[in-house]
Order: sequence, then structure tokens, then C-alpha cells
Amino acid sequence: MLVADPPLAAEYRDLRVRLADATVQEKVAELQKISLAVRRSVVEMIATAKLGHIGGDFSVTDILVTCFAGVLNLDPTRPLREDRDRFVLSKGHCAASLYSTLAYCGFFPRSELATFMAPLSALNGHPNRVKVPGVETNSGPLGHGFPVATGAALAAKLDGASWRTVVVLGDGEMQEGSNWEAAMTASHYELANLTAIVDRNRLQQGARTEDTKSLEPFGDKWRSFGWELREVDGHDHAALLQALEPSTTGKPVAIVAHTIKGKGVSFMEDRVEWHHKVPSPEQVRAALEELR
Amino acid sequence: MSIVTDATTYDCRQAFADELIRLAEADERIVAVCNDSVGSSNLVGFRERFPHRLINVGIAEQDLVGVGAGLANGGKIPFVSAAAPFLTGRALEQIKADAAYSNTHVVLCGQSPGMAYGELGPTHHSIEDLSWMRAVADLPVVVPADPEQTRAAVRWAAANPGPSYLRIPRFKVPAVTPPDAPFGPGIANTLTDGDDVTVIAVGTLVSRALAAAERLRAEGIGVRVINMPFVDPLDVDVVLAAARETRGIVTAEEATVSGGLGAAVASLVVAESPVRMRILGVPGVFAPTGSAEFLLEHFGLTTDGIVAAARELLGHGLHS
Repeated sequence: MLVADPPLAAEYRDLRVRLADATVQEKVAELQKISLAVRRSVVEMIATAKLGHIGGDFSVTDILVTCFAGVLNLDPTRPLREDRDRFVLSKGHCAASLYSTLAYCGFFPRSELATFMAPLSALNGHPNRVKVPGVETNSGPLGHGFPVATGAALAAKLDGASWRTVVVLGDGEMQEGSNWEAAMTASHYELANLTAIVDRNRLQQGARTEDTKSLEPFGDKWRSFGWELREVDGHDHAALLQALEPSTTGKPVAIVAHTIKGKGVSFMEDRVEWHHKVPSPEQVRAALEELR
Repeated sequence: MSIVTDATTYDCRQAFADELIRLAEADERIVAVCNDSVGSSNLVGFRERFPHRLINVGIAEQDLVGVGAGLANGGKIPFVSAAAPFLTGRALEQIKADAAYSNTHVVLCGQSPGMAYGELGPTHHSIEDLSWMRAVADLPVVVPADPEQTRAAVRWAAANPGPSYLRIPRFKVPAVTPPDAPFGPGIANTLTDGDDVTVIAVGTLVSRALAAAERLRAEGIGVRVINMPFVDPLDVDVVLAAARETRGIVTAEEATVSGGLGAAVASLVVAESPVRMRILGVPGVFAPTGSAEFLLEHFGLTTDGIVAAARELLGHGLHS
């Protein structure tokens, strides 16, 4: 298993202390800086590995950074502390942005990112909890993370514990029936300590979600399943911070985060082929230029 | 070790339920998770004693196993219980990814396995579960043969920090486990000694194997009966000793022959110590309708069937 990088972990703790007293503008500025660094390293990881899911990595980056750097109660040097908040990336194919975020938050050295998907690397193409600190459950096959997060939230509720659980889902992933099974379980058990964020980029591997198997009226579906619904721009850190505030209704909270697949690199934005296309050397240079 | 079987039969489901409650009294991390199967998972008593620790996710098996994995992540020890065909079939990928590959302390309890739901037809027969569960890495597969072993399996699974699959028999069965028999991964119970032929059995077939051994002893044939509660990991030493010291091995299981106990034993002996084998089970077909007992007879999963297979291995088949 990878272990925390102490200087990075200290840097992360300092950042959290700083953000606790910062204005919203100051917080957003910090989070934007980290998101940009995460996106740059994702480009490099995928170019080196010649594999990856860059479009979804970029749509979910601001959500991941907001959660890890701005909201969740975590300690990179004690990643399994019992009272930690739980974060589950159900759309596990976007492992590159998760790994990059974890590295920037001190869970392991940034140098490890260069091994992404290399033989025997801890950084599998999909997250593995046994190998990577900060990963709570192995994901990759879709429709798995939501039930697991529901179980974690249920455990906290049974214990009267104050830690929270956040799960990030892909919108295409919501075509899996197991997610709606979990949505019913979470509302039945009134898991106000559970937040589900949907990365609503409107594209899935082969086509637009609405042309594949339509999800709309998406917000109504969540409400009708007994969830408190919040809709935000998933690239607006301030809006995400606010949406990640605790439930006000006693119901679990669903955040539909409207995002753009490939966000941050103009020639990738909202284009289905960048689901898992690998950039050429020229495209890597152009992407890194845009992400300065 | 002596044979302890007698004519009395005992309910393994009750043993499962009683032991789970007993453990839960002592360890509040233990929770039960089921899919609208409070009755059929024999959790009524658990719910009465611990109403808040009985999680019912409704008719949703994928959610069932995922929620179990999440409860384990949150520090609980979930006993995830459902009818064996649906638990292992519908949630196979969750068992692989969320329980085994994620190495979570989830105890998967397959209720009413094998032909227990005989009349309900092949959709409800759980004959593939041993093959499916064996195929998943890092997932011990446990088939208790009697109430004593069922209690041991529940205790072991609660204490073992990883995932496991327990196949809880529905039938009442005779007691076959000697007092103080060791229980754990890779540990079999040798119930009778004999140098002519070995019978390795699991679950409901163990008492039948013992009865077959008695019949064959009367004919002067010495039978070594081995109860192998851990189908995975096998007791390698006991199997290889049987392969070397007896003239053949019969395996018997209430499951398909494609990938279960017999296949596990065969793939071991063929590599290390080849020996003639007969693998008794369901031979790659969907069963007809009928009671469990009828179906076991239909497929030769009986004392007579084991006797015939042993004789055949020894070359006595034409003379009996």
C-alpha cells in the first residue's frame, strides 16, 4: 500500500486551517489553483500511460477538489481513522483525477502519479482500497459505489456518529438499477448524513445520455425517491461548497452538478470522443498551455 | 475419530440463527442485512432481540451486498443473508468487487442452498453457487454439514477479518461432527479411516457418505470419509494423502459438477498425485421438478449412489 507523503500532508493540513478562516473568495482561489494542478497532472498521467478517461476526469475534477480540499474531514497520515468522513468515487473509471487529487492532498507522493497504470503500480486503472490510501471501496464496474456509500452512512447512523459519507456518481451510471435500489434504501433509512453528487456532464461512453437512455426529468426522479435536491454548476467551487452543506430536511442530499465533459481544454469540451481518447504529443502541449 | 452420527436430525438454520444472536449479544458490531427474507433467512429472533441491527433493504440483492460492504467499511460486521441462488447469482459482481476484491469483512450467508427449493424449479435451485463463489479470489467458501459445524462457521466468519461465503443448509441433518473437531480454512475432518477408497463430501452428503462407508465395510471395503467444510481453501494435505493411500476418490456435493468440490479436488490431485475419481453432483443439467429428496435420488446423491460409485472405482461394479 502507498503511504502518506509527510510534507504534502502537512501542506494539506495547513491549507485546511487556512481555508477554515478564509473568505469564500479566498477559498475559491485556493481550490481553483488545486483543480488546475490536478488537471495538468491528469493530462501527463494519461499521456504517459496512453490510457485513461480524460473527459470524465475533467468534468469531475472540481467536485473532487472541493470535497477533499474544502469539505471532508480526513487525515492523510491516518487514512483509516475511524471517525473520518467517507468518500466514494462510484464512477471509478475517473481514477486519474481521484489519484491526482489524493496526491495533491498528501495521501501519497506526487511522484507516484507517473506510474499510473504501469505494470505493478498501485495506481490501477480503477481505484483499489487495499493499495491506495483515501480509497474506501474498489470501484470501476458502474452501480457499485452508491450502495456501499449507503451502507457506510447507515453504519454511522446506527452508531450516532457524526462523520458523513459523500458518493460521486456519473450521470450515465444512473442507468444502473442498483443505484436506484440504493436511492430507495437511503431515503427509507433517512440517511441525512449521505450526500450523492451526480457529475451531470450529459455524455456517456458512446453518445449523449439523453440519446442513449434518457434521464430527464432527472431532478424530479431524485425528489420522488425521497431526496433533498440541490442543483449547481459543477465547476463553481463556491456553489459546490454551499451545496455540500449538511441536509436541512433530514433527507439524504442529492447534488446534481451540471458539468462539461473535458472541462478546461477547449478541444475536448463536450465531445463524446474524449471519453477515453489519448491526446497526441501536440494535443498534450496545447492542453497544458490552456491549463496554465 | 469415531462416527458420531445417529438417527436424530437437527436444524442447521436454527443453529445459524441461535449462534448469530449469541455472538451479537457479545459484539454490537454484528448486524444482519437481508432482502425481504427475515423469515426465510431465519432472522425473526434476531429482529426481536436487535430491531435496529436488522437492516432490510427490500428486494434488491445488488444493493444488499453493497450496503453490507459499506456497513463493514463503517466498522460493522454484517451478516448478509438471502436465498443462496439470488445472493450469489444476482449479486455476483458485488460479491467480487465490493466484498472480496475490496477485502471487506462481509459474511455472505446463502440460505436454502442446493435442491432445498426442489419443487420451485431450477431458478430457485442453488447448484451453481459453489462454482461461482470458488471462482472469486480471496473468498473462503464454507459448507457446514451439521448444526455443530454451522455454529463453528458463524463463529469463524465473525472473527475472520475478511469476506466469506457460508452455505447454510435447509434440511435437518444428523450430527456428524466429532466433539472438539478443529474448524478453519484448509482443515477437513476425517470421519472414518480406510485404505481402499476415499469419499470426500460436503453438507447434506456427509451423513450419506458415512452410511455408505458402513455398508461397504460390511463387504470388507475400507472407506475413508472426509468432511470438507472449506471447499475453498481445501485441506490439501488430507486430499493428497487420500490420493496416495487409497485407490480412488469419490466426491459428493449438492451442486453442479461444473466447478464445485469435485472439480477442486480433481484439479489438485491431477497436478500432484493422479488417482481415479468419481464426481457426484448435478451433471450439467437443469433439474426436473420434484421435492429435494426426490431430486437427490434422481441424481444419485444418496447412500446407494455413493456405494455404487465407490464399488465402480474399485472395479467391483460388474459383480455387485
